[in-house]
Amino acid sequence: MDIAYVSELAVNGALTGLLYSLFALGLVLIYKSSSVPNLAQGALTMLAAYVVLALSRQLGFPLWLGIAVTTIIMFLAGFGVEKVTLRRMAGRPIVMILMMTLGLDIFIRGSTLAVWGGTSRSMELGVSYDPLFLGPLLLSRINLAGACVAIALFVAFLLFFRTRRGIRLRAISDDYVASWSIGISVEHGVALSWGMASVVAVASAVIWGEIQGVDQSLSQLLLKGLTVAVLGGLDSIVGAILAGIVLGVIENVGASYLDLVVGGGSRDLIVAAVLIFTVMLRPHGLFGRHDIERV
Amino acid sequence: MFYPLAGVRHQSYVSDSKLFPVPTDRNLLIVLTVAAIAAPFLLSSLYLNSYVQPWLIWTALALGLNLATGWAGQLHLGYAATMAVGAYAAVHAARFGIPWEFALLIGGLAASLIGSLFAFAALRVKGLYLAIVTLAMQFVMDWVLNHSPAISGGSHASLQSPRFALLGQEIASGRGLYYVALGWCALVTVFMMNLQRTALGRALVAVREKDYAAAILGVNSFYYKLIAFSMCSFIGGIGGALLVATFFFLAAPEQFSVNVSIQVLAMIIVGGLGSIIGTYFGVALILLMPGIANEIIANLTSFLGLPLGNETLAHIPTTVYGALIIIFLLVEPLGLGKLYANIRDYFLVWPFDQFKK
Repeated sequence: MDIAYVSELAVNGALTGLLYSLFALGLVLIYKSSSVPNLAQGALTMLAAYVVLALSRQLGFPLWLGIAVTTIIMFLAGFGVEKVTLRRMAGRPIVMILMMTLGLDIFIRGSTLAVWGGTSRSMELGVSYDPLFLGPLLLSRINLAGACVAIALFVAFLLFFRTRRGIRLRAISDDYVASWSIGISVEHGVALSWGMASVVAVASAVIWGEIQGVDQSLSQLLLKGLTVAVLGGLDSIVGAILAGIVLGVIENVGASYLDLVVGGGSRDLIVAAVLIFTVMLRPHGLFGRHDIERV
Repeated sequence: MFYPLAGVRHQSYVSDSKLFPVPTDRNLLIVLTVAAIAAPFLLSSLYLNSYVQPWLIWTALALGLNLATGWAGQLHLGYAATMAVGAYAAVHAARFGIPWEFALLIGGLAASLIGSLFAFAALRVKGLYLAIVTLAMQFVMDWVLNHSPAISGGSHASLQSPRFALLGQEIASGRGLYYVALGWCALVTVFMMNLQRTALGRALVAVREKDYAAAILGVNSFYYKLIAFSMCSFIGGIGGALLVATFFFLAAPEQFSVNVSIQVLAMIIVGGLGSIIGTYFGVALILLMPGIANEIIANLTSFLGLPLGNETLAHIPTTVYGALIIIFLLVEPLGLGKLYANIRDYFLVWPFDQFKK
């Protein structure tokens, strides 16, 4: 195949990959502060998309105001979820914590669908579906817009981790017992990271809701987000960006070749394979911290 | 009151490793067994085959996962994949004309072969990363089932299971299928109860508590992880095959999706990790409660004159199921098995419970 086709696939894959990073950012923020793998991030994203639509369709808010109000609602929701459920699980075996986030995932998914129903609806951001020509490359406008949002959020979070509050969060992620003993409120920091992850969920809900419609499939982004987060190293924001681009390119280019062999639908297989190989070969990912276990 | 003894004291190793240190437990089990055998003559066939029989099959399945997760401490989010291997292998074997007894065995062996692959992941990583890699393997298995017409007939196809027969006797009646489920569940339960008393069971527990420490004591942790995964998959494979052969009557990829893996894990966590009686309770709660709650809510709202939409009613079971997991983890993280143990411990020394301290 010619180089132009492959580079077009690669660039579009990288843009989609940045959207996976946007999703993975939520996972990374929570894992960084509390070492909890939040398997409910997909359900939070889905909830955010439904709340945006409820505000803008049922209550008649303009879309931008709906998104702003949803951000506040979701921040409080994330804060509350941590306070009510995960805080009490601190120090329990990992199987309990995983099951708690899975339970949250099922509960949020079920109650969202029970309230608003499962039929797919569109976000209608007003971004044109016409492709954008960049030299010989054809780009999707919404993916480009989403990638810009993703990069803006990453820069915002990188800057945030340089502020006083951000440094406290970094201290908590390094060693929460030590942070506790020097007077940092660990509970508050962890709750804050849940709030921030829920805000990230709003951003990815709006972009992904525009791309694939608002329905249950939003919660299935979890596998791709988890793969990006693990590949990047679970506690590294820079890792999440780069891993997203890597996964997007591998997925898009690989699927276009592999689909010819297996007859379509090989994207999920590639993602799962990347996840397995990452964990088996380099569990701490590209940029993650390598924890040493004490006996 | 129920237990005419004041505490349990052992004076020899033989008495320590007895299956029933408290005679009342054994008597209770005998009563329950008689009740289970008499159940087809006491319950209507609706209850028998749509509540009790699936409960028994799922309990056997959940006990298999409890072996890997509860006893050996290995997180396993790909259990439905091994069930799928067992079910498809057995159904294909039976369609080929092999008698069901051997077809079930083939299913179990095939599942334990594939399931052992999970153990090679466990050799390299553990805890969270093991959970993630087993989850990814589950997705790979889903993909393979959906994309290989040779195994499943394609993505939206289902595979008809041949009539179930044992020892040349065709079993088609509701009662007969119930007894098959009961027999398998009893077999797995007896195996698990005895496992606790053997060196193998103790080695598994040692690996769960700390695999490095177990290795220092001379317990080869990789070997026992491999054993745990292959035994768990063997039980899962036969269970999956029985599920298809006696309950669903056809095999489809959706029956073995990742949600099923999560559901079985939820059953053993709500029931209590490493608890046999708890597994029975947990399966009953997770399997039956969402439907019952849905009926209660539907009746309540129609009684109050606030009819709910069909779509809302369709999603209430999922909500209740998620809520049950959350509530149990918050209120009693050790599960229903622990609640039962608390009640039993109370009555074990009643009315002299002041001596317990």
